[in-house]
Amino acid sequence: MSATTTAPAWNRVRQEPGWLARVFEIKIVLVLACLFPAVALLMTFLTYPLGLGIFLAFTDTTIGRSGQWVGLENFEYLLEDPLWWNAVFYSVFYTGVATFGKFALGLWLALLLNNNLPLKSLLRAIILLPWIVPTVLSAIAFWWIYDPQFSIISYLAVDVLGVRTTNIDFLGSAWPARWSLIAANIWRGIPFVAISLLAGLQTISPSLYEAALLDGSTGWQRFRYITFPMLLPILAIVMTFSIIFTFTDFQLVYAITRGGPVNSTHLLATLAFQRGIPGGQLGEGAAIAVSMIPFLVFATLFSYFGLARRKWQQGEGND
Amino acid sequence: MATVDIRNVMKAFGAVKVLHGVSVDIADGEFVVLVGPSGCGKSTLLRMLAGLENITAGEIAIGPRVVNNVPPKDRDIAMVFQNYALYPHMTVFENMAFSMKLAKAPREVMEAEVGRAAKILGLEALLQRYPRQLSGGQRQRVAMGRAIVRNPQVFLFDEPLSNLDAKLRVQMRAEIKELHQRLKVTTVYVTHDQIEAMTMADKIVVMNSGNVEQAGPPLELYDRPTNLFVAGFIGSPAMNLVKGGVGGGGFTAEGGAVLPLPEGASGKAGVYGIRPEHIQLRPDGIPATVVLVEPTGSETQVIARIGETSLTCAFRERVSARPGETIHIMPEMGLVHLFEAGSGRRLAA
Ligand SMILES: Nc1ncnc2c1ncn2[C@@H]1O[C@H](COP(=O)(O)OP(=O)(O)OP(=O)(O)O)[C@@H](O)[C@H]1O
Ligand SMILES: [Mg+2]
Repeated sequence: MSATTTAPAWNRVRQEPGWLARVFEIKIVLVLACLFPAVALLMTFLTYPLGLGIFLAFTDTTIGRSGQWVGLENFEYLLEDPLWWNAVFYSVFYTGVATFGKFALGLWLALLLNNNLPLKSLLRAIILLPWIVPTVLSAIAFWWIYDPQFSIISYLAVDVLGVRTTNIDFLGSAWPARWSLIAANIWRGIPFVAISLLAGLQTISPSLYEAALLDGSTGWQRFRYITFPMLLPILAIVMTFSIIFTFTDFQLVYAITRGGPVNSTHLLATLAFQRGIPGGQLGEGAAIAVSMIPFLVFATLFSYFGLARRKWQQGEGND
Repeated sequence: MATVDIRNVMKAFGAVKVLHGVSVDIADGEFVVLVGPSGCGKSTLLRMLAGLENITAGEIAIGPRVVNNVPPKDRDIAMVFQNYALYPHMTVFENMAFSMKLAKAPREVMEAEVGRAAKILGLEALLQRYPRQLSGGQRQRVAMGRAIVRNPQVFLFDEPLSNLDAKLRVQMRAEIKELHQRLKVTTVYVTHDQIEAMTMADKIVVMNSGNVEQAGPPLELYDRPTNLFVAGFIGSPAMNLVKGGVGGGGFTAEGGAVLPLPEGASGKAGVYGIRPEHIQLRPDGIPATVVLVEPTGSETQVIARIGETSLTCAFRERVSARPGETIHIMPEMGLVHLFEAGSGRRLAA
């Protein structure tokens, strides 16, 4: 039997676009339609609150009473407010020390993880844990760790190791409280830094290390001349983000100390909240929040221009 | 400059054996090419020489010193990687001076040494550029410059030309060869391109799945391949290898064709080898049907069929035959290679 079958005859149909499709063919309609959701979201949740915050900073609004335009009065008042200066100092100190700690430890961890370790992916997952846990939860855990009576650190130091006779008072006075908060922030921030830097490390070709090995480098020299310069661009971006997150931190401090003892651990964000919501001085709180902006702009510009611009990446003509 | 002795070296990655006892002797100043199909272990052997892979068994000596446990930086070798491995964040000058910088050489020494190498390679105008501002060939030269500056005992090259286009490859081939003649540094060069091997080497080492098949000067490998693998690997277009047996007044191929045997040929021959360029057009030759004609200008390649046996021929003269027509061809008797069927070994002839 002959098995030849001929394909049934058919005509290629050219699809006629419907009216909707035709409307979207018009470029301006398409652009507006695509932009609308994003713009609407941004306007509602970003631009409006930001604008309102900045507006409030120039008024004497309190909760329950819409305020008067007072110009720069709030800011003039802040400049004479020791609590604000205190918060500025601690915000800068907190950000500086915590960023340094996070990067030192995060880079070290990333370098370790970049080696061929057994159970590498498991280790990476464990490292990410502090980042995954909601901040407030870990803050409560730290609150417990820093408890004057039930602190596990005190327990270890006093009862197990016997190196101290009294419990450590972590949060009872200014400097111990400040350092304790920084330690908590470092713990929480390491995963972000470590994982981002690990991603950066993995983009460095192993043959560069082999070439450097043959060129006679020591381990430190390879880090100093290959790893570090090649990591700088990523380091700059991660550092920018990290500084912004740390400077504007609220949750950890508010959950652990609420700015105490005696307002010694207020960050600008917690102080702004304290003044604005429980204190009711919305205008003043907003002014404190707005006063963070110059610091953030400065930090961003610094890490962006100081670290990110590298000629070898951009391939500009040299002559 | 130094000799290199590779003695019965083996390499295993875990349970996977990659090299099964490789021995190569390299004289001082010799240019040795390791050649073989992909995955045969060339790079692995080279990296073991460099100290980037450890040696599972056997011994490698550079000069009089066994280097099995010597770290790479103390072996006094320089390597050019296939991807060049230039430091992207350093200028050409910094790339080439890096080894001296690590050794804390004074600035004048660096400038003098880099200048010398740059002059040899024609890189003087590019010293302040970054690698990404260079073309492939220029990068290749910088990689070589970085090696030259080191003034090493041994140069290692791992397929340095495989990223270049055909024309540049020929040019760089000549440059590397010239460089070697100038510096006379012992060189081990890995390639899978047998033309590169033939044109550059003082000595070729043909490798196949972790074993050395034959080592010797290029023309010796071409004239007297010791086994079927080398016979098929060296030479382009590849040697015709026809299976069959002695009998019927010559060599009777499996396809039925009868090919003439040289005098005193061994009766054990199981494979008949003849290079395409050693087949001549002769009016009294064996009639063969043309299957394909490929003129390259300098020669004409013809695939012709005698019975069921296909032979590739390369004629110096222009051939006007068309597919389907008959030509008369004859192998040059002195240049026939005969091999044993089972082992593939060359039979003395
Ligand atoms: N790190 C490794 N782990 C396991 N097997 C490996 C490793 N490196 C190489 N091999 C194996 O060793 C064999 C030889 O590899 P090698 O890179 O030396 O080949 P090659 O001859 O250089 O090939 P090519 O011409 O493709 O570069 C291959 O089969 C490869 O799969
Ligand atoms: Mg290779």
